[in-house]
Amino acid sequence: MCLLGFGAVRLRTDMNRLLSLLFHQGVLDEQFLQLQHLQDQTSPNFVSDVVTIYFHESEKLLRNLRTLLLDKEIWDYVKLGIHLNQLMGSSSSIGAKRVRNICAAFRAAVEQNNRPACMRALEVLEHEYCYLKNKLHELFQMEQQRVLGDAVRYPGVVHQQ
Amino acid sequence: MVHEMEDDHVEDMEVEVEVLSSMWPEGIDEAGKKFNLEKPGLHEDMLEDLAFIEEPSIVDFKRLVELTSYSEKGSSQLAYLVQNWEYKQENAVRLLREELESLSKQQHEVQLKKLEIFEQHRFEESYGGDKRPVSVLDEVIEIFQDVPKKRNDIIVQDKRVEIDAEYDTVIYWKQKALHLGKLLEESVQREHLLLEKLEESIENLEKQSSPVEELSQILKRADNFLHFVLQNAPVVIGHQDQDLRYRFIYNHFPSLGEEDIIGKTDVEIFKGGGVKESQDFKREVLEKGLPGKREITFETELFGAKTFLIYVEPVFSKDGEKIGVNYMGMEITDQVKKREKMAKLREEIAVQKAKETELNKTIHITEETMRAKQMLATMSHEIRSPLSGVVSMAEILSTTKLDKDQKQLLGVMLSSGDLVLQLINDILDLSKVESGVMRLEATKFRPREVIKHVLQTAAASLKKMLILEGHVADDVPLEIIGDVLRIRQILTNLISNAIKFTHQGKVEINLYVIADPFPEGQQNPKINANGNANDSSISAKNDHEENEPESHEAVVWIRCDVKDTGIGIPETALPNLFKKYMQAGADTARKYGGTGLGLAICKQLVELMGGHLTVSSKEHSGSTFTFILPHKISHPCDGSDDTDGFGDMADNDNESTDDDITCGFFQFQPHTLGSVFSSKDRITHKEITSMDDDSSCFDTSSEPESSSKCNSENENTNSILIPSCSPPSKTDLCETWEARKDSNRSAECSSNSNSSSCVNQGEVAIARSAKKPRILLVEDQMVNVMVARRMMRQLNQDMDVVNNGAEAVRAVNTCAYDLILMDVCMPVMDGLEATRLIRSYEKTGNWDEARKTGVELEEHDSPFCNQISKESIKRIPIIAMTANTMSESADECYENGMDSFITKPLTEFPELKIISNISSIFECLDFFAFND
Repeated sequence: MCLLGFGAVRLRTDMNRLLSLLFHQGVLDEQFLQLQHLQDQTSPNFVSDVVTIYFHESEKLLRNLRTLLLDKEIWDYVKLGIHLNQLMGSSSSIGAKRVRNICAAFRAAVEQNNRPACMRALEVLEHEYCYLKNKLHELFQMEQQRVLGDAVRYPGVVHQQ
Repeated sequence: MVHEMEDDHVEDMEVEVEVLSSMWPEGIDEAGKKFNLEKPGLHEDMLEDLAFIEEPSIVDFKRLVELTSYSEKGSSQLAYLVQNWEYKQENAVRLLREELESLSKQQHEVQLKKLEIFEQHRFEESYGGDKRPVSVLDEVIEIFQDVPKKRNDIIVQDKRVEIDAEYDTVIYWKQKALHLGKLLEESVQREHLLLEKLEESIENLEKQSSPVEELSQILKRADNFLHFVLQNAPVVIGHQDQDLRYRFIYNHFPSLGEEDIIGKTDVEIFKGGGVKESQDFKREVLEKGLPGKREITFETELFGAKTFLIYVEPVFSKDGEKIGVNYMGMEITDQVKKREKMAKLREEIAVQKAKETELNKTIHITEETMRAKQMLATMSHEIRSPLSGVVSMAEILSTTKLDKDQKQLLGVMLSSGDLVLQLINDILDLSKVESGVMRLEATKFRPREVIKHVLQTAAASLKKMLILEGHVADDVPLEIIGDVLRIRQILTNLISNAIKFTHQGKVEINLYVIADPFPEGQQNPKINANGNANDSSISAKNDHEENEPESHEAVVWIRCDVKDTGIGIPETALPNLFKKYMQAGADTARKYGGTGLGLAICKQLVELMGGHLTVSSKEHSGSTFTFILPHKISHPCDGSDDTDGFGDMADNDNESTDDDITCGFFQFQPHTLGSVFSSKDRITHKEITSMDDDSSCFDTSSEPESSSKCNSENENTNSILIPSCSPPSKTDLCETWEARKDSNRSAECSSNSNSSSCVNQGEVAIARSAKKPRILLVEDQMVNVMVARRMMRQLNQDMDVVNNGAEAVRAVNTCAYDLILMDVCMPVMDGLEATRLIRSYEKTGNWDEARKTGVELEEHDSPFCNQISKESIKRIPIIAMTANTMSESADECYENGMDSFITKPLTEFPELKIISNISSIFECLDFFAFND
C-alpha cells in the first residue's frame, strides 16, 4: 500500500511537472486548466474525452489541409481558411496554444496565397500536433494510472463509477 | 713665536696620547672671538701676494684714536684684545709648567730605575764575575732606530730592552749592563736637552712679552683681510659724527678726494635725489638710537642713478651718549632693477594665469554646453526615430477596421504621439534656432482653425474646471501665411502654461489685427502690450528680420493675447521668465513641474518669425502673454488645399469646416462639467456628440424596426443605443451605461446589444421570472460544443446545440429562443447568413428569405410557431462568437444583424474572463427580460 501510495504521489508530481513543462513551452495555455476545471464528478473523463474528440477532428482537418495543399491545380483558399478556422477554434478551446498560433500563421499564408509558406506551415503544424498529441497521451496515461492507483486504494470508488 | 711653540707641543702631546692626555684646553680662543683670523705664519705669504690699494680708505686718525679711547666699542675692543693676549700667555706658561712637571717626574722615574739596575748589576757582577765581553754595539744602534727622529728631543721611551742572548748567561748580563748604561747616558743627555730648551723658552717668553707688537700685528692682518675682502665690493663704509660729518669713509670707487669728504655731510658733498633722504635717515637713526636699514635711490650728478641699501647704526660713547653713526651702503641698482623686472613679470604671469583660467573655464563651459546640446539633439533624434515608428504604426492601425472606441483611443494616441513628435522636433529646432540654421516654413493656414485646434487639444486633456475661450476678431483674414507649426507650438505652449497655473476661471486666446508696430524706418519701438498701467511688463526685443517693406500691403500684423486668471507672476520673476530652464521660482518649479523650456522656445520662435513676445502679469489675478507676428495675407480664392497639419483631427469636423472658417468664437469646457454647451459653440465634443446622436435616436425609435434602423445607421460607429419606450432620464441612462462600461468592459458589447432589444426598465422587473432562458448554440465543432455545453452546465444552464446556420434557422423556426450564440464560420451556412435570415424572419414574419437560400423548413410543423403573430415576433439577441476579429470583424457581424459579438470564450481570454464573458451574457439576459 505504501509503495502504491508513493507511486500515486510520484505520478501526480510527474503530471504536474509535465504540465508545467507544456505551459512553459507554450504548448498549452490557461484554457487547458479551464478545461480541467470543467471536469467534475459528473463527467470524470471530460478532459480526455474532449481531447480525444479534438484529436479525431484535428487529424481529419490536417488530412484535408494536406490534400488541399497538395492539389496543384486548385487553390481553394476558402476551404483552407475554413479548415484552419475550425482547427484554430478547437485548438484554442482545449488550450493548444502553439497549434493555434501556427494555424493563425498558416491562415495568414493562405490569405497571401503563399503556397510554399503554407507547406512549411503545414509541416510545422503537423509536427506541433504530433508533439501535443504525444504529450497529452503521456499525461492521460499517467492520469489513468493515478486513477487506477486510487481505485486500488479505494476500490469502492471504482465500483461506484 | 708662542703660537708655533704651542702648536708643536700640541702635536707631540697628541701622538703620545697614552702618556700625556688633554694637556691643551680646547676652545681657548673661541669665546667671543670677533676676528676670525687665520693663524699667522701658516699662509702668511698669501696676503703678501696681494696688492693692496690702500688709498680708498680715508681715515681721520685723530678721530679714530678718539673713538678707541672714548667710544665704548673701541675701548672694549681694545680691552678684549689685551685680555685675549694675556690669556694666551697665561696658558702658554701653564703648559710649560705642566711639561716641566712631567719631565721632572720622568727624570725621577728614570733615576729610580737606574738605581734598581745598579743594584741588579751589582748582584750579577758578584755572581758571574767578568765573563766574556760581548760586543753589543750593533744592537744598541738597533734600539735607537725605534725612536722616531722627529721626537729626538722628547724623552719618553718605554720600550723594553730586547736581548738576544740567553737569559742568565754571562753574555746576557753583559749585554744588559751595556744597554742599561747606554740608556742611562741617553736619559741624562735628554734631561740636559730639555733643561736647555726650557731655558730657551723662558728666554723667548721674556723676549716676546710685548703685547703691543702682537696686537698691532693682528690688527694689521685684520686690516689686510678687510682690504682683501672689500677691495672689489661695491660697498661704502663710513663713520659720521653726530653732526653727520664724515670722519671715515671707505669707498672702493672714489670719485672725490679726502678733502671733499672728511668733515662734510652728505648734503654738502653731493646733490640730487635721495641725498636728503639718506641724510634724514641717518639723522633719524642717530636720534632714535636704533640701527636701521633702508633702500635709497640716488639720482645725483656724481654717479648717476643708483640704488643703495644703507645700513646705519648709532655709535655711543662710554657714557651712553650718541657720538655718531656707522654707515654702510651697498649698491644694489642691478638687483633692484632685476627685482622690479621680476615683480613685473610675476604680475604679468599672474594676469596671464588668471586669463588662462578664465579662458579654460569658458572653454570648459562651452564644451559642456556644446556637448549638452549635442546630447540633447542626439537624444531627441534617438527618441524621434522610434516614436515616429510608433506613430506611423498607429496610423497604419487607424486604417484598419476598428470599432468606435478603439478609433477614439487611437485618435488620442495619434494626436499625443504627434505632439511628442513635434515637441522633439521643436527641441531639435531650438538648437537650430540657437545655431542660426533654423528655417521657417511659409504655409497657408487658417488662424481660426489653429486657435480651435489648440483649444480643443487643451480641452481634451483638461482636468480642471476651466473655461477655454477663443476670440478671433472679424478683421483677421481667413487664411494667412506663416509657419503654422511654430505658431501652433507657441500657442500650445502658452495655453498649457496658462492652464497649468490657473486653478479657476478661464483661459482665453484673443486674436486681432493691429497696425504695423514697426512703420518704415522705425526700428523696435516700445510697444505697450497691454495698456494696463498697473501691470509690470517686460518686452522681449526682437531682431526683426522679416519686416519686408516691399510687400507691405500684403503683411498683416496679428496680435495674440493668451490671457488667464491664474496665479500670476511676481514682478521679480519677470526678467528671468524667458530664460531657458528658468521658472518663476523654485517653489513654482516644484509645485507645477515642467522644464522651463517652453517660454524660452516661444520667445525664440516668435522673434525668429519677426515678432515680439511680451508678458504682463498681476500676481494672484492672472497673466497675459502677448505676441505679435507679421503674416502675409493669403487669398482664400487660390485653391482650398488644406495646409494645416492636423488632418486627422480635422477629419471629423469636415461638415463644420465652413462654419469654422468664419466663426470667431470658441468655447470649451471640461467634459466633466457636463454637456452644457454655450449656444454659440460650434464645436462638439466627441463623446457628447455621440450622446446627442443617441438621444436623437432615442427620440425617434419607438419601434423595434426603427431601433434596428437606428442600429444600422450607427453600425459603423458602434454607438450606444437607448431603449425607446418610456425613456428614463438621459442622465440615468448615461449612468447606467457608464456603470456598465466600468463594471465589465468585456461585457460592453453584449450589454449594448441587449439594450438594443428595446425593453425598458419596467419590463425588466417583470422579466425577472424564474424561467430559465432558452439558449441556442450554433457551432459546428465538437470540441467547442463540448466545452461550451460544459460551461453552461456549470452555470446551471442548458442549451440546444445545432451544427450549422441552416440548422439554426430551422431551430429558430421550431422553438423560441431567448439567446442565440452563433459561430460565424460554419459549413453549409455560416453564422452571418443565418443571422440575416433570422432577422428577416423577425421583420417579415415569414421565412421566404430562408427558403430562397435553400433551407428546408417545416412550416406548420410546430404549433408553437403558429401561435406567434408577426407583431409578437420578438427580436432574439444574437451574439456572434468569433475565433478572432481579423477575419470575422465586428462590423460584419453588426451588418448582418447581430447584436454583439464575443471573441470565442475559449480563445484569447484567460480563464476568469471567459467565465465572466459567459456569465455576463446571463447577466444581460437577466437584466433585460426575454419573456413576456
